[in-house]
Amino acid sequence: MLLKNQAASFSVRVRTGRGYNMTNRLPKTGKLSVLDIPLSLSALEKCLLNEYQRGFPLCEQPYAEIARQLEVSEAEVLATLASLQQRGLISRVGPVFAPRRAGSSTLAALAVPEQDLEAVAAIVNGFAEVNHNYQREHAWNLWFVVTAPDDARIREVLGEVEVATGLAVLDLPLERSFYIDLGFPLWC
Amino acid sequence: MVLNETDRQLIAAIQDGLPLASQPYAVIADQLGITQQAVITRLQALQDSGLIKRMGVVVRHRALGYDANAMVVWDVPEADIERIGKLLADETCVTLCYQRPRRLPDWPYNLFCMIHGRARDSVLRCIERIIDRHGLHDVDHDVLFSTRGFKQCGARYASPADQAGAARG
Repeated sequence: MLLKNQAASFSVRVRTGRGYNMTNRLPKTGKLSVLDIPLSLSALEKCLLNEYQRGFPLCEQPYAEIARQLEVSEAEVLATLASLQQRGLISRVGPVFAPRRAGSSTLAALAVPEQDLEAVAAIVNGFAEVNHNYQREHAWNLWFVVTAPDDARIREVLGEVEVATGLAVLDLPLERSFYIDLGFPLWC
Repeated sequence: MVLNETDRQLIAAIQDGLPLASQPYAVIADQLGITQQAVITRLQALQDSGLIKRMGVVVRHRALGYDANAMVVWDVPEADIERIGKLLADETCVTLCYQRPRRLPDWPYNLFCMIHGRARDSVLRCIERIIDRHGLHDVDHDVLFSTRGFKQCGARYASPADQAGAARG
């Protein structure tokens, strides 16, 4: 149940048979200088951020269950999550879906002359099928993910990108994933 | 697994998050006109099937100060790719690890992993540690830091039609 990075970053990592105790689940003060992030977060906030990215309870009162594990009140858990969300530190409490199996996607890249980068990025963004588009430090400097209902549409979009930009696309579809998503590693 | 209409409505109802209320599953159940227990049972099934990878707090890592992001790409012999892929995937700071095709001569790398950190230095140190720990000194690699995001929207699962269904339900 523990996030995979925890062993490296927490001094004490105890999950007893029954429930959790926050003092056991947080870094010792001595490590805080290494682990601290440029934000003021309470112990409860750090704990919720780090320990509850998965395994959200499937029971009638899940927030009360978390509260019981952490020895705080349900109201505190709810208020803290609402505050984290309102401050933009979490996007939601909810599911993370596996990549859509019914569809098709690829990672693509372009080698764009520096002075054209913004214009080319805007052309790429113009495709509804593009859901990520990043500049990276490399000769292949614009990287984007194309997602579509099928391979044919992927090839079509890449062809249209080549025509619209006059640049050759590097097409790197996923062949195999080695990673199991256990959440985002914080304080590692 | 095969999704039925209720599953699709359930996915549409929760994909933007569970209600922050004492009984979030009961709130969803009321929207869909099914029982709370049915919501809980279907969510368990969706997780067991792997369609839902995990449920919990979804953090915004940039807002939390994790600004540095590198795609590290490796040119791994085919015979070693599964072993090395799994080693990388198990590393603390690695958040994705994929095999993709080489495109010679333009692109010699076939293993991709993503590393996030609070600073460029810490990401580079993480890569050095990985190389040392697993003896990857002879494996050609390249580090592509991201410098600007032009677009980022999460892959959504339910289509607009499904969401309309949930709203009606």
